[in-house]
Amino acid sequence: MVIFSTLGNDLYVTDKHEGILIPEHIQPYGIIGCRSLSTAAGHPMTVNHNQFFFDHYGLTNRDLERYLAAALSAGGDYADLYFEYLSSTSLMVDESMVKSAAQGISAGCGIRVISGERTGYAYTDDLSSERILRAARTAALIASGPAKTPKMGFAEKAARSLYPVTLPSVDAEITAKVELVMRGDSTARAYDPRIKEVRASYADELRNILVVGSDGTFAEDSQPLARMNVSTIAKSEKSSGRGSSGGGGRVALDFFFGEKTPEYFAREAARQAILQLDAQEAPAGEMEVVLGPGWPGVLLHEAVGHGLEADFNRKQTSAFAGLIGKRVASEKCTVVDNGTMPWRRGSLNVDDEGNSTQETVLIENGILKGYLSDKLSARLMGMANTGNGRRESYEDIPMPRMTNTYMLAGQDDPQDIIRSVKHGVYAVNFGGGQVDITNGKFVFAASEAYMIEDGKVTAPIKGATLIGNGPDVLTRVSMVGNDLKLDEGVGTCGKDGQAVPVGVGIPTIKVDRLTVGGTGRKDPGGFMQ
Amino acid sequence: MPEIQTESPSQQIETDLRELAQDIVRRAMAGGATAAECVVREGDEFSTLVRMGQVETLKESGSKSIGVRVFNGQRTASTHSSDFSRQGLDRMVKSAIELSRITSEDPFAGIPEASQLGSLSGDLDLYYSDVYSLPGQERIAYARRAEKAALEVDPRLKNSDGGSFDAATGHKILANSHGFVGEYRRSYCSVAAVPIAQTEDGAMQRDYWFSVARSLDKLESPEQVGKIAAQRTLRRLGGRKVKTAQVPIIFDPLVATSILEHIFEGVNGDSVYRGASFLAGKLGEKIAGDRVNIIDDGTMVGGFGTSPFDGEGIPTRRTIVVENGVLKSYLLNTYTAKKLGLQTTANASRGLAGTPGLGPGNYFLQAGAKTPQQIIGDIKDGLYVTEFMGHGANLVTGDYSRGASGLWISGGELTFPVEEITVAGNLKDMFFNISEIGNDLEFRGAVASPTLRIDGLTVGGE
Repeated sequence: MVIFSTLGNDLYVTDKHEGILIPEHIQPYGIIGCRSLSTAAGHPMTVNHNQFFFDHYGLTNRDLERYLAAALSAGGDYADLYFEYLSSTSLMVDESMVKSAAQGISAGCGIRVISGERTGYAYTDDLSSERILRAARTAALIASGPAKTPKMGFAEKAARSLYPVTLPSVDAEITAKVELVMRGDSTARAYDPRIKEVRASYADELRNILVVGSDGTFAEDSQPLARMNVSTIAKSEKSSGRGSSGGGGRVALDFFFGEKTPEYFAREAARQAILQLDAQEAPAGEMEVVLGPGWPGVLLHEAVGHGLEADFNRKQTSAFAGLIGKRVASEKCTVVDNGTMPWRRGSLNVDDEGNSTQETVLIENGILKGYLSDKLSARLMGMANTGNGRRESYEDIPMPRMTNTYMLAGQDDPQDIIRSVKHGVYAVNFGGGQVDITNGKFVFAASEAYMIEDGKVTAPIKGATLIGNGPDVLTRVSMVGNDLKLDEGVGTCGKDGQAVPVGVGIPTIKVDRLTVGGTGRKDPGGFMQ
Repeated sequence: MPEIQTESPSQQIETDLRELAQDIVRRAMAGGATAAECVVREGDEFSTLVRMGQVETLKESGSKSIGVRVFNGQRTASTHSSDFSRQGLDRMVKSAIELSRITSEDPFAGIPEASQLGSLSGDLDLYYSDVYSLPGQERIAYARRAEKAALEVDPRLKNSDGGSFDAATGHKILANSHGFVGEYRRSYCSVAAVPIAQTEDGAMQRDYWFSVARSLDKLESPEQVGKIAAQRTLRRLGGRKVKTAQVPIIFDPLVATSILEHIFEGVNGDSVYRGASFLAGKLGEKIAGDRVNIIDDGTMVGGFGTSPFDGEGIPTRRTIVVENGVLKSYLLNTYTAKKLGLQTTANASRGLAGTPGLGPGNYFLQAGAKTPQQIIGDIKDGLYVTEFMGHGANLVTGDYSRGASGLWISGGELTFPVEEITVAGNLKDMFFNISEIGNDLEFRGAVASPTLRIDGLTVGGE
């Protein structure tokens, strides 16, 4: 079971069995940036990971065939098994002390049976034959007919290696991880005397999976995920501010000693908090908005990404249903979802149904081209499987999810984009977002933004939520910068109560009209009552 | 309030897992820990989703997991596992002890004093096995009935995200090296419907309603849930933006709980000792309007936020957080209480991993006298908010800005639906500007609020 971190101030411990009382299927969709999953990796893995479950649990091909046969014992079109072994480590420094260190192991197997549009699902955290067979027979209850026979002989996917990670002894690494969080702490504190509180955390995990399907699917993967985060609080005599910065991906520890150091994240978190000390009231109402490159791509995730997940379109519950081939963005906009980018947080060699991930064009020069699909929606909609079937853990049913979603670079110089704005907002950093895929309305919350007056970036403004309508917001994108950037590797996306890591990216863009949710005045004329 | 026993816990379930938890504590102590605490959780879940009358998913399973927190003097670390083999458990304990060597000496770290530990006695009415009593077909029927009742209300309800029925039970055992061991079981079941309405021009709206209870007996009928879901969905059709303006805002009970959550975020010990909240240091001061009374009560019989002891083995209690607008108490666990030189309020929440966090019990704002209709009736022009989107509240600065939708109030009546707008202000002012409190307090979860009116906020639109 994956447990959400309680390091911060989360009001709820998310626990299916005890805490959450809102049924999962009515929880909102959205992305969270500055919050970390208590992830990460623990015990030494010395095995060749291509044989992980065979070596660790004595599984054989015969066992797998037996389990699949049990899953199809009452008929059904398809069955699969998802084995998962997750080890995780997390560390947190607060008040310059390492106050928390945790390691954990979670393992289990989820069994799915599909019969028409129906899905039966059961899981077990006990990987004995008896318990897996029992779960298989429970999942089988979704179908009611004569037994079917799974395809014999598995076809293993040609191995791809987007994130090859060798794992040295975990014990040797733990000191290095402590060093990372301590360096993050001291750098943030040294940045400015007004930085009063610092928390630095590090979390990593290694997820070994094996997916086996009655159609001959056989895929294994070993998926590392690491993340470092620094959060800060600044205080002056009359004001306060907070900052947060983090990043990582499917990377090894050395990433944080070379490419992106604790100092990099710490300075950024401190800079944001100090900047907020002098922030002015944000304006309210519709205006021109320029988004900076990188994490502001959360706009795409909310405004179009979720709405293009195939399950919503199969059910015709998305505001984008039936819009393939239609214009949903200005011709300067091309948006893709790409699960094949090396080392990225949202990347996967294979998805959680055993299919290779790919680059999928969602919007090309403003025209809606395609949806993100999984096995079920691909079959029912008669479309290609884009390899976007994902799940949070073995306890969860896979569904279409994004990987890394971004807009391709355009022709405009970012400086020209800012110069073109008479009165507007320049938003460069965001918290998270949320979308209602049915009416298309989405929000994303700017945490660092500035006013633009007569073509010049002026004063920093307080955090404000931006709100828009997914199917038409991109039609108002009038300029697209040549500076595409991907985010640092911080996104966690939630859908139906399942959290998965994702990436986003965007070049600098100008949206001609978007509602900014500040408190201040839109113009010197005051409120229009 | 139920009495507290320090010797024998209230619910003598006596399981093997109870023995196991104590054994893990003993093994940690034998391995060199100076104090230890073990938590075991097991649970079962059942869920079914019916869409357009057809079963879409059926899920049924159970799982268990174990976690241990060890102390090495003033250093601490924790590990957890789903592997209950002898070898797996040994490795978990050994890893925790090894990991504790790399953490820092923290003078405030530790498990609670022995004298603080205990468990509420008496039946807290948290567990009913009847949540699983329905035969499989009946459970599916519950989900189907909720969806059907919703779709029957109006021909514009043409599509659906389904009706659902969920049931779950959880069992938690906690043991520590002061000899405390306690356990409790909780159950829940829920029925929900998510209909989709469509106008002739193709614009769609979706909303939901649900009922949740610890016992099947107390669950509202699927028909009732479906009907309310339909009404909530239909009233959103034709939603439009409004002009940017400063108007009184009414928070319906479901969205008003978010205001309580912000106060929780502001007064919990973790935010307070770090100065991560503008409410830090405000104990005894006025932080909200005169009529605001907020209580956290982990002892309410049958409550969604009730347990006999908190995440550290301390009996839960009733705490007055805000009285007539004055901040009377922070909400604390052992660690944050020590940091602040106060006593814990038994608000420790414990997952499997890491140090205990903070969570509410049954946490609510006391009802006022007016009906929601009376509160709306007083307003000439205003906004009735039924949904918030996004996470735009900053407790460090108080800045508040969220996406919203709801209904416009004109001449004391709800008129047309409003969407794609924002609501913004500063929480420091907002708590003071709670000017009306409804009489409609109802628990649909651990956090509950009646209808609230807050003045001085900016609606961002055209």
